[in-house]
Amino acid sequence: MLKPAEFYQRDRERHPPALTKDYKTSVKRSPQYALISLENTASEITGPVFGHADIDPIDNDLLLNYAQDGASPIGERIILHGRVLDENGRPVPNTLVEIWQANAGGRYRHKKDTYLAPIDPNFGGCGRTMTDENGYYYFRTVKPGAYPWRNWVNNWRPAHIHLSVFGSAFAQRLITQCYFEGDPLIKKCPIVATIPDDDAIEQLIAVLDLNATIPLDTIAYKFDIVLRGRRSTLFENRLEGN
Amino acid sequence: MRQRLDYLKESPSQTAGPYVHIGLAPGAAGFDIYRNELGQDIAGTEAKGERIRIEGVVIDGGGSPVKDVLLEAWQANADGIYAHPEHPGEVENGFCGWGRVITDFETGEWAFDTVKPGPVMGRNGQMMAPHINLWIVARGINIGLHTRLYFSDEAEANANDPIINLIEWTDRRETLIAIRQAGSSSYRFDIRLQGDDETVFFDI
Ligand SMILES: [Fe+3]
Repeated sequence: MLKPAEFYQRDRERHPPALTKDYKTSVKRSPQYALISLENTASEITGPVFGHADIDPIDNDLLLNYAQDGASPIGERIILHGRVLDENGRPVPNTLVEIWQANAGGRYRHKKDTYLAPIDPNFGGCGRTMTDENGYYYFRTVKPGAYPWRNWVNNWRPAHIHLSVFGSAFAQRLITQCYFEGDPLIKKCPIVATIPDDDAIEQLIAVLDLNATIPLDTIAYKFDIVLRGRRSTLFENRLEGN
Repeated sequence: MRQRLDYLKESPSQTAGPYVHIGLAPGAAGFDIYRNELGQDIAGTEAKGERIRIEGVVIDGGGSPVKDVLLEAWQANADGIYAHPEHPGEVENGFCGWGRVITDFETGEWAFDTVKPGPVMGRNGQMMAPHINLWIVARGINIGLHTRLYFSDEAEANANDPIINLIEWTDRRETLIAIRQAGSSSYRFDIRLQGDDETVFFDI
């Protein structure tokens, strides 16, 4: 029988390195020693398990989950949907996906955000869902606005949604960001540019998906997320002993 | 033409940014939206073992506390069992072994309450000393940092721990040891992102 074993080594040539001087905050927050490479143990191939009882059905609907009675947030209504897959192309079912974002004006509902664009009284800016048995997820929200940030004098973040994904093990834990096809700010962003590989950047750009729009109602973007793949071995993997 | 490998590639990481709390701990961002926030209770009420508290601060390369960090903890129960279907054994009702930890925005201090984990069976039948796996994200951290917290009152187990012993620089091993505070069940674990006493981080 095939036994699941270790996860594939993380491809550090596609992930941002710790130190990226054009993203200034990384300069003092980047470890300088090399990481110590660990072969996976039980501590890495396990991770928290969530169930549908942990969250509510409305949690994936950012148009409703913070709206006052009958009201809606301002902005372009979008669906963000896709699948969570692993590097073997297999769906990752029943895994928790959490998102957060600015409102349509580029303002976050956070006590530390002081940007002059207004808070939207009907928009919280966070959502969460579990993938289904095919690894599929979707959210309904508004398209976030670009916002300025302190790095160089004139840096603007492209419209983006932050995503947090668990997978089935702590080794797969990932936080990333989703950008939107056609945004000229993507190429200008020092945070996007921390990723050293152009093909990897493309992987973070959601594409317009007219097939998934709801006519006269909501436009759609498709965004697949890929987590680390896992070895299956015909041979004793020695993880647990022998 | 030769065949091609058809693996997908892992999505690249991006920083969690300064507003990570909105998504993962909205209460800390200043609003109430979910029926329950995840990761608030690591051990539950029925867990066996010693109740402990871990406190610390994450320090940047300039010596300043990092005030917008979010940590996640992942640990076994007192019997060394993870709450996961692939780990043989049972955990107590309500024990999930996972928690989210937020810093104080003014001081950068963080703390969490849990039970002390037991030793865990590692690779090749080698026992690992009791430890808590930590994952650290923040603005300016491009990819989440993995480290392990071990316990100062487990000196013998630590000396035989196969992971600690991978670290060639013996003086750096100290960075993974949480220090038990005299006369209490609290441990201190400061994490240094940079500098001579930089915490050991792992590529898992
Ligand atoms: Fe952002």
